[in-house]
Amino acid sequence: MTRIDRRFAKLKAEGRPAFVSYVMAGDPDLETSLEIVKGLAGAGVDVIELGLPFTDPMADGPTIQLAGQRALEAGMTLRKTLDVVRALRESDDDTPVVLMGYYNPIYSMGVETFLAEAQSAGVDGLIVVDLPPEEDEELCLPAQAAGLNFIRLATPTTDARRLPKVLSNTSGFVYYVSITGITGAAEAAASAVGPEVARIKASTPLPVCVGFGIKTPARAAEIGQVADGVVVGSAIVERIAAGDAPAQVLAFVKSLADAAHAARG
Amino acid sequence: MTADGLNSFRSGPDEQGRFGIFGGRFVSETLMPLILDLEAEYTKAKDDPSFWAEMDDLWANYVGRPSPLYFAPRLTEELGGAKVYFKRDELNHTGAHKINNVLGQILLARRMGKTRIIAETGAGQHGVATATVCAKFGLQCVVFMGATDVERQKPNVFRMRLLGAQVVPVTSGRGTLKDAMNEALRDWVTNVSDTFYCIGTVAGPHPYPAMVRDFQSIIGKETRAQMLDAEGRLPDVLVACIGGGSNAMGLFHPFLDDPEVRIVGVEAGGHGVDERMEHAASLTGGRPGVLHGNRTYLLQDEDGQILEGHSISAGLDYPGIGPEHSWLHDMGRVEYVSVTDQEALDAFQLSCRTEGIIPALEPAHALAHVTKLAPTLPSDTLLVMNMCGRGDKDIFTVAEALGTSI
Repeated sequence: MTRIDRRFAKLKAEGRPAFVSYVMAGDPDLETSLEIVKGLAGAGVDVIELGLPFTDPMADGPTIQLAGQRALEAGMTLRKTLDVVRALRESDDDTPVVLMGYYNPIYSMGVETFLAEAQSAGVDGLIVVDLPPEEDEELCLPAQAAGLNFIRLATPTTDARRLPKVLSNTSGFVYYVSITGITGAAEAAASAVGPEVARIKASTPLPVCVGFGIKTPARAAEIGQVADGVVVGSAIVERIAAGDAPAQVLAFVKSLADAAHAARG
Repeated sequence: MTADGLNSFRSGPDEQGRFGIFGGRFVSETLMPLILDLEAEYTKAKDDPSFWAEMDDLWANYVGRPSPLYFAPRLTEELGGAKVYFKRDELNHTGAHKINNVLGQILLARRMGKTRIIAETGAGQHGVATATVCAKFGLQCVVFMGATDVERQKPNVFRMRLLGAQVVPVTSGRGTLKDAMNEALRDWVTNVSDTFYCIGTVAGPHPYPAMVRDFQSIIGKETRAQMLDAEGRLPDVLVACIGGGSNAMGLFHPFLDDPEVRIVGVEAGGHGVDERMEHAASLTGGRPGVLHGNRTYLLQDEDGQILEGHSISAGLDYPGIGPEHSWLHDMGRVEYVSVTDQEALDAFQLSCRTEGIIPALEPAHALAHVTKLAPTLPSDTLLVMNMCGRGDKDIFTVAEALGTSI
């Protein structure tokens, strides 16, 4: 059982959807980023997704691309990202942390070294966008053997034929990408998302969280009615990009979390 | 010398799209089904004589193939060593080897019922070739080009627009070829149902490296037959420049299992291959990593962040290289070397002066290595260099480098 498994079990018992927030580690700088990350749980975040900056984020829209650039320009690295998790764990041993990014920085560090470091830092799960099931031997299987969850993205192009393959080595939760597109793109209609979530849930006991294109509390509430969790990234990162102070960013996060949690109220 | 206990260097990739540890399918889930569809369609087309009949017809009547294998007498005399031949792929329609591959991919796109073609381009040669073939078949064409390159390569941007393509300047990252490729992938993820991504080199997720290689292999197949015709035997040495490596792979692949043929790939050494990393020599100055759907040698920093690379040639200015080249490098079947911007510029002028051929800056890199290699070889050595593009597009860059304004 990882913190992710425990958190979703608890939410299920309480009958609430999870609110999952994404911020880029080190955006706009290490200190500010750490202050925001430490405040997320207090703002109602159930699962923290922490972005690993990468020079070539092929699945991300301009908002996340620029966040990665800001972080890299401020000197962020994979090792320092793990330090952020370590620092969070000094005061918070409950809130699950999922690292989300691309494979090359991990491959560059070495999979074994990375998994050992991530484990000891207090990371619970990984989302690696450019590792589909076809490449499971790279990181997915070693990560699960090391006790980390490997969270897979399912998309509208993941048809019935392919879904079992996508679900086979997934753990923690399934991340349903509600649109064909990049992060921060147009919103998908909640009416279209519901049946898709149901389709995935019919094939797995894992919770299904929905992300990509959720930008407002109202939309978070709608998705919260049909999914086990609501993921918001770009809309939060936009606040950081606009220069909002950590307290303002966290107030916005709280408005999203409250809306998602109230969805089934 | 054989590969992994196999009896051939030509049998890759395996079912996972790997050449040894290189290659693979490192893409987001959204793209995975599209790539599998493409692989299935290509596998069918490859064994369909009607597909190749259509290719042969277009190659002959639209592109102008076969391109000549030309003995370069004055260059040979000046260098004083091996007999130097040029494979004249710069004489193709659109002025480079790029169209060999584009035709194949567009025919596939038509078989798959795709109506919208996207492509990335650096110097603009692949973009022009794609825009050309799309115009011929009446397909919508969108070309992603780094904003920096749009500025550097204005004539090609205008050509693409004349041909009816939409050119999208990419401002993300530093606005060069790798960013254009990122943006093309983002477009593809967004427009999954009607769009075909026409990749310009032997890189990207499987099946692209193998597919583009197969389309470009016409270069090596022709060279083989033409050299047998001209000299009654196979060439002794092959030399080609490498950015992503499609012209080189096209020339090399049909000869990989002929151990007597020495094969040399020439990377762009920019300002010199050293710790400043102001070059684009992925094999000689990089290390293995994962980018744009495949594992290959990459220019990257200690943290695995991708570096930009530099070359005077916008067509070689890419921080990666096709995965099959990475494998051939590790297996030792192909030698990889680099030459600097200055050496390429010197060779550019040498070709103009001795053979009346204005080469593109890309093959000028190959020629620069030929000027070092040929004098060390006996005069009965047969050396073939792939003249993979013509230099009209580069005259502004060269003029600037020579301190002339035009």
